[in-house]
Amino acid sequence: MTLAQLNKGEKAVIEDLNTDEVPLKLIEMGCLPGNHIELLQLAPFKDPLYLNVNGAQVAIRRETAYHIQVKKTNA
Amino acid sequence: MKKRINVALIGNPNTGKSSVFNLLTGLQQKTGNYPGITVEKKEGVCRLSKGLSAKVFDLPGTYSLNASSLDENVVIELLLNRKHEDYPDVAVIVADIENLKRNLLLFTQIKDLAIPSILVVNMSDRMRRKGITLDLAGMEKALNTKIVLTSTLRKEGIDQLKSHIADFAHLETSPCVDFRTTDPEYFAALQQTFPNQSIYKLWLVITQDVNFANINRNTIQKTNGDHTRSNSFLKRLQQRETIKRYQFINEVLKKHLHVNQSEATDFQSRLDRILTHKFWGYIIFFIILFTIFQAIYDWSSYPMDAIDSAFVSMSEWTKTNLPSWFLPKLISEGVIPGLGGVAIFIPQIAILFVFISILEETGYMSRVVFLMDRVLRKFGLSGKSVVPLISGTACAIPAIMATRNIESWKERLITILVTPFTTCSARLPVYLILIALVIPDTRFLGANMQGLVLMGLYLLGFGMALAAAYVLQFVLKLPYKSAFVVEMPNYRIPILRNVGITVYNKTKSFVFEAGKIILAISVLLWVLASNGPGSSFGNAEEIVRQDTTLLNQAELEQKISAYKLEHSYLGRAGKFIEPAIAPLGYDWKIGIAIVSSFAAREVFVGTLATIYNVGTDEEDTIKNRMADEVHPDGKPVFTLASGMSLMIFYAFAMQCMSTLAIVRKETNSWRWPTIQLVVMTVIAYLAAFATFQLL
Repeated sequence: MTLAQLNKGEKAVIEDLNTDEVPLKLIEMGCLPGNHIELLQLAPFKDPLYLNVNGAQVAIRRETAYHIQVKKTNA
Repeated sequence: MKKRINVALIGNPNTGKSSVFNLLTGLQQKTGNYPGITVEKKEGVCRLSKGLSAKVFDLPGTYSLNASSLDENVVIELLLNRKHEDYPDVAVIVADIENLKRNLLLFTQIKDLAIPSILVVNMSDRMRRKGITLDLAGMEKALNTKIVLTSTLRKEGIDQLKSHIADFAHLETSPCVDFRTTDPEYFAALQQTFPNQSIYKLWLVITQDVNFANINRNTIQKTNGDHTRSNSFLKRLQQRETIKRYQFINEVLKKHLHVNQSEATDFQSRLDRILTHKFWGYIIFFIILFTIFQAIYDWSSYPMDAIDSAFVSMSEWTKTNLPSWFLPKLISEGVIPGLGGVAIFIPQIAILFVFISILEETGYMSRVVFLMDRVLRKFGLSGKSVVPLISGTACAIPAIMATRNIESWKERLITILVTPFTTCSARLPVYLILIALVIPDTRFLGANMQGLVLMGLYLLGFGMALAAAYVLQFVLKLPYKSAFVVEMPNYRIPILRNVGITVYNKTKSFVFEAGKIILAISVLLWVLASNGPGSSFGNAEEIVRQDTTLLNQAELEQKISAYKLEHSYLGRAGKFIEPAIAPLGYDWKIGIAIVSSFAAREVFVGTLATIYNVGTDEEDTIKNRMADEVHPDGKPVFTLASGMSLMIFYAFAMQCMSTLAIVRKETNSWRWPTIQLVVMTVIAYLAAFATFQLL
């Protein structure tokens, strides 16, 4: 599944991402395969997404989230 | 002899880097721009020990050495160029304790540049509350560096930092991560082609096209090693490099940093749940905006009145006490009213900057960006356009500079083009004086009518900006690629010292920048108004005496001065354009004011002050003088229709040379400022025409 399919409050582990579409800046903040990600908040129309990635809090647009593959984790 | 070294402060945004800078240098700092570009350059002086001082540079905040904006480029170009006069002897990397992992990425990159470096871990006051413990000695060893724990809130650790800087000759310069292992063959081949260059610097040049030591991307491309490959290859390698660095950082932190999770971030997320709420988040934002605008008017009215009357009495005093020849007259009738026109802005600009810097310091501004992004995207803007649009209510110049962190060029360009529609403080004196003249001071549905009109003008500015943006997103044929990433920093209590210093610097630069133009124009206007071509100006007194049967001496003098003004150079210029502006409801005197305020709007009031002041000995305040102004047929010049028409004109017209200059710089072409000037002026003219004809 992609990050865009996550619901508010859910946690996941990043599996893969399309480096041509995901901004380097996000990667540098720790958005990398193997790292944990949590969807903290969604703005109206579910866009942008407010995330906790690898301990960093950051907001990105839905169109970027489509390019990040994740696996849901429990708790 | 005294020795001075260069110290560069480098760090991620929101790490308290500027607070460290403020503590190191106090008020001994100056801000300017890097040559040729508008990136703010902050430098200050810090005394380290007897005979040794440091020139400290507060470099723009950056997440890594892979630049994605103009601001970040400045950092790299400085750090790559050993011959640069500002090249640092010591790099101080500022990190904050709560985001150490991410902050250390930049640190490991700087280490690869072989600059003596010190790691500052800031906000140590939060450690106990967040349950964080740090093995400092172990970290220093693992990272190959000196580490200083600081708390800028409690002013702790700064002396230790200074003594480490003073000991710069003994700082480690070796790297802590070997990034070449991500693709040993590629990097070995690259090193072979340039055996004498630092491999990391070569890698930076390849990935971002910066120059160093006469090598740029082109020279590397021309060698026969296929070192630049494809963008896709480079980006994947950059990603591997980043992973490599994070692996190292994770290992270091696992060993030396311990966090007791249970004590972490509860308050933070509760606050976020309210402030970024789908409904309440917006309500809170609009309440905050409303409060800000209220405060700007309520708080500033007293100091503004005081400044106004101070300048009036100054002008009065110079008139009565100085001899009546050219220079003193120039001062009392040209310079002083001109300066007063600038000084009167200071309270409002300062108050607005206070609020904006508090919103930024607390971390709230990022939440607003998050909330507004989707809405503003409908208009072709970005959530990050919020900051420029709000700052635009103070001044379009810092606002346009604040568009730099918008990643998409199309969104950024649209923001730059529409920001001048927001009601900047230079329009305010025009509005205030015209509202006082033509809008009755009555109540409408319980609210003050004049206040409502002013609010309407603000909304009109925002509305026009959005409407223009909406149209522009279809007109501009530009590729759209989003790279929207916004950090949501932890909420913080703003440090008053930082707010104070920001406000002081920004207000100062506004006053001096705008002041220079306004002063020059005021003087020029006064000279043009006091001289005229041909005999009708010189013989004004005789002509009027012949022509009139008035007996009263005062009335006669007024007639003479009015006649003189009409036949001065300035009067002739105004008369010349009168046919063009008569359909908007203006006479030639207003025409002069409009012409002169094409350089800067705020000149309008000053110009009218200068025009009406010329030759009149009585010192009324400007407003009373304007109210008495009549057309030749005896009807008042400033009516509801002409006043509203004038306000609409000022709401839409592009009358600010400084803004055009900054747009030229930021877009790197004359095309956009020219389009801005022409389109906005046409809109203003048509809208003002419609207003006058309809009212």
